Amino acid sequence: MIFYGVTVLLLLISFGANKRKTVKALKIAWKKFSTIAPNFAVMLILVSISLFLMPDDVIKHYLGEEDLISGMGIAMLVGSIALMPGFIAFPLCGILRAQGVPYMVLSAFTTTLMMVGLVTLPIEKAYFGIKTALFRNGIGLVIAMIVAIITGLVFAEVVI
Amino acid sequence: MKAKFPVILALIYAIFIVFSLTTGYQPGKEIGSNFLSFTLSMLKILPGAFILIGLFQVWVSKEKVEKHLGEDSSFLSFIWVMLLAGTTVGGLYVAFPVAWALYEKGAKIQVVLAYIGFAAVCRIPMIIFEASFMGVKFTLVRLLVSIPLVVISSILFGRYLKASKWQMKSPD
Repeated sequence: MIFYGVTVLLLLISFGANKRKTVKALKIAWKKFSTIAPNFAVMLILVSISLFLMPDDVIKHYLGEEDLISGMGIAMLVGSIALMPGFIAFPLCGILRAQGVPYMVLSAFTTTLMMVGLVTLPIEKAYFGIKTALFRNGIGLVIAMIVAIITGLVFAEVVI
Repeated sequence: MKAKFPVILALIYAIFIVFSLTTGYQPGKEIGSNFLSFTLSMLKILPGAFILIGLFQVWVSKEKVEKHLGEDSSFLSFIWVMLLAGTTVGGLYVAFPVAWALYEKGAKIQVVLAYIGFAAVCRIPMIIFEASFMGVKFTLVRLLVSIPLVVISSILFGRYLKASKWQMKSPD
């Protein structure tokens, strides 16, 4: 993993440059992690339940909706609730695409998946407070809708 | 009260999982295995992410952050956080602690919001993955539309928050 290669390299450079500062950095890392850890735990609990309620085949079933507008709406709803890493989401979308699900619906799904997070709310509200967190997610929904509609236009799935 | 909620939830959850395992209740077992696999994949990312945040905290001066990302910084600040977001791993759950670290060091709220937006829509590993499954055209449309929208919405929302004297807070 490149990510850990970089982390370890930076840690070593930092250690070589200033041992005391590096120890302090690790202490800060631990403190920051441990303060937010309970929120992570809540998120994991929510994720595990949402994955159970919405496994791949359920998502497939719902996104296959005939009507474009309701397909987009459902995609946004599912994308907001689900939390899945890109390496699962995009192959899934690839399969859905092959089954004939419109790009517009898939775009609504992936964009909300990335921008809107119901299950990450426990973490987000710890930093932002619930009101601002909800507002930010609302903005994400609007952005996802615009992205989806433009995608639909570009791929000529929607004609004005 | 605030700190108690996760503890109570975790307890109920743990009892439910243990109960499911002993009685062989299938949904409970599935939820438990989801929890385990997601926890493992997150634990692969989180230690590294928080170590980088710690290093950022001790090595990058407040003046530097304020100059490039602070109140008087130029539009370039959005480019800087876009590049930073491009290299962010994980997902939103990593972006929030990073955003807080930036804010603490004096980045303005518009830039912090933009960072979160960018971390959602333009992480480089994710883009590569997306383009290979969905095609370059799909990915390009998504990026070209969402990036300007992230910038505009962050500026407007940031201004609104600032006008209402809102401040980001340390999680306690």
